[in-house]
Amino acid sequence: MTATRRIADLLILAAAFLAFWYGLNAVVGSTALPGPGPTLSYLANFVGTTRFLESLVSTLTSFAYALLLAYAIGLSLGVWLGAHHLSGAVGEPILVAIYSMPKITLYPVVLLIFGLGISGKVAFGALHGILPVALLSMNAIRNVPPVYLKAARTMNLSRWQVIATVLFPATLPEIVSGLRIGLTTTLLGVVLGEMFASKRGLGFLMINAISTVQPEEMLTVAIVLFTFAASANGLLLWMEHRLHHRV
Amino acid sequence: MTSFLGMTKVGWIRLAVIVGAIGLLEVCCRLEFINPRVVIPPSMMALALFNILRSGTMNADMLRTFGSVAVAVSIAVVLGFVLGVAIHAAPRLRRTLDPFFATYYAVPIFIFYPVMVAIFGLSVVPVIMIGVAAGSVAMIIATLNGLDRIPRVLTKVARVHRMNAFDTALRLKLPAAAPYLFTGVKLAVTYGFIAVIASEFILAPAGVGHEIAFAYNDFNNRRMYGLMLLLLLVATCVNMILHTWDQRLARRRGRVAL
Amino acid sequence: MNLSDQVHARLAGVTRIFPAMGSQQPVHALGPVDLDLRHGEFFAVVGPSGCGKSTLLEVLAGLQLPTAGAVEFEGRPVHGEVPEGVGVVFQEDASFPWLTVWDNTAFGLHRNGTDESEIKKRVDDALAFMGLRDFARAYPAQLSGGMRQRVCIARTLVLQPRLILLDEPFGALDAQTRLLMGDEVLRLWRSTGSTVLLITHALDEAAMLSDRIGAMSARPGRFMDIVETGWPRERDSKIVSEARFGEITGRLWDNLRGESLKSLGHAGMSVP
Repeated sequence: MTATRRIADLLILAAAFLAFWYGLNAVVGSTALPGPGPTLSYLANFVGTTRFLESLVSTLTSFAYALLLAYAIGLSLGVWLGAHHLSGAVGEPILVAIYSMPKITLYPVVLLIFGLGISGKVAFGALHGILPVALLSMNAIRNVPPVYLKAARTMNLSRWQVIATVLFPATLPEIVSGLRIGLTTTLLGVVLGEMFASKRGLGFLMINAISTVQPEEMLTVAIVLFTFAASANGLLLWMEHRLHHRV
Repeated sequence: MTSFLGMTKVGWIRLAVIVGAIGLLEVCCRLEFINPRVVIPPSMMALALFNILRSGTMNADMLRTFGSVAVAVSIAVVLGFVLGVAIHAAPRLRRTLDPFFATYYAVPIFIFYPVMVAIFGLSVVPVIMIGVAAGSVAMIIATLNGLDRIPRVLTKVARVHRMNAFDTALRLKLPAAAPYLFTGVKLAVTYGFIAVIASEFILAPAGVGHEIAFAYNDFNNRRMYGLMLLLLLVATCVNMILHTWDQRLARRRGRVAL
Repeated sequence: MNLSDQVHARLAGVTRIFPAMGSQQPVHALGPVDLDLRHGEFFAVVGPSGCGKSTLLEVLAGLQLPTAGAVEFEGRPVHGEVPEGVGVVFQEDASFPWLTVWDNTAFGLHRNGTDESEIKKRVDDALAFMGLRDFARAYPAQLSGGMRQRVCIARTLVLQPRLILLDEPFGALDAQTRLLMGDEVLRLWRSTGSTVLLITHALDEAAMLSDRIGAMSARPGRFMDIVETGWPRERDSKIVSEARFGEITGRLWDNLRGESLKSLGHAGMSVP
């Protein structure tokens, strides 16, 4: 009963969104914002073209590399700053400051250093993803209740056993939240990199569609990106819920 | 904790780390370990910024950019709070919108900037609208979060004092949720900055973002780095001021700043 | 007629059943309960955890509607709204972390339009009475749990309630602090002349403070026994050393032991 109601709610929301889109299209005209009909039929044709598929593969490849980098560097940084008290106290405000900087300002630097290739957008993506992963995993480790560690000591566990059986499971839910937020920001970083510092990928398709005034194509790519981000995010969110509600 | 000249040991170490990192970059650039055509030494960035500020040629652009951010963030904060309160009162709507909120920031909202330009022309209005769109969702999420965490007992207290819905919202819920709302404000500032500058990168007749893109295309590295330094310094200062203020309030309320 | 024989608040046949939620069965939490609170008396309710004590208090306060039965305060029915003249102190810390102790205490007075000089007088008096005068400018976060609970009591006190409802206000405090807070509540009760209803799980607290004690059964909560303590109005925590004190707690425990076992889930066990 609840499942059908939720699906009904989603359908109502989708209908409201489409109605809003139609209305906006009627007000501003099709050159500014094409209506849902033309956009969706454009999307149906466009997803089969090699141009789209090549861009998609390019974006996914860069995203995979960037995510790997962001997770590896972010987790190591987070574990270090979380476990070593002084480093954490020194480093946290610096990380927070960098996290809240508008990093998009730095795109010309990325271009100057890496040129137009794949490495630039990977670097830009990783730069966006490292900080939330590091900050959230640092907090995860700091928030482990000391009584867990005391309990582990009374059971005579070895250092590695403590890490494997107490620290890791205790921090996992929060770390997964960090990975989820890091995933979204890394994708944003990669797309930003493609928009301003690349000639390939979905981000480039979008900026190209903007400058050649092809709003259907821009909307199509935006829809694809949003769908991809929503499914990846939904998967991690599901994992997170399961971890939070275990016991 | 030990302190010297009003700053703690941790503070001094942090300062040393930052100064060390800048110094290292300076040395690497001066010794040409880093190509000076790629990155110029920090001292030259600062000098370039100083010259830009002294000449006053950027004043109009700065006013345009920072003014747009300020207006956009103010609107986003108020709008986000009002929408947050409304959505919190409708759990079904909220459950349906939740996945949308969680993914909102994965797609750069400023790609809709050209749509706005087509409607409103090349004024500051489209830039501000994109800034509002970018900042308000962070504020909605923060408001929902804050309202969720108001202790149940406070709503009972409101009823014991026979407070009406408006009074309860203003005198109890707003202050009780304030720490979370503050997080929303900080995020709205960050996203507002990104949206405004990115919009100026894409297409704008003026503004700091536009000038950076122009200097880059013009191979004017000094000007470009000077302006970048300006943006990063202003954004970081605004964030630090908010952070310090937040921490002061947090200490008073006996919790850690979020 | 003597005022102390008059009924101040009355519960008649009060029952509370929480309706079914999703897959959960409806929960019969309370009643039917009949209770007459006399003017100016100190009444304590004890019972095993989950027996509906707090539900009883919230129904009396008008915070919850009874499923059946009637609630009256000063002869007027209570129906889903907290009547003027009723003050409630909750178990959880309900002090406002964004206001100073002084502003917390003045909160209710600012709302009902009392004039400034009167507010100042009443707040200063209440803070002095609760021993908080030196902390007027402090924020709750700087105070201990016991002090914060005093702030909540002061906030209730300034409104000069005629019926004070205390929902395990000392539940989170250590045993010694609880005894001292008990003395203060007695002092407050004597000097204000209010009627007090105290919910507690501590038998000694009930035995020491009250004129009458109602012992409740496991869920659904009903009164099994009402004990008259017979203490003089002038009393304090020293009465814990009197023989009568032991008799009262003994009688309460005889009543409650079986019920507490039930609420622990040992319903099938025989109680020796």
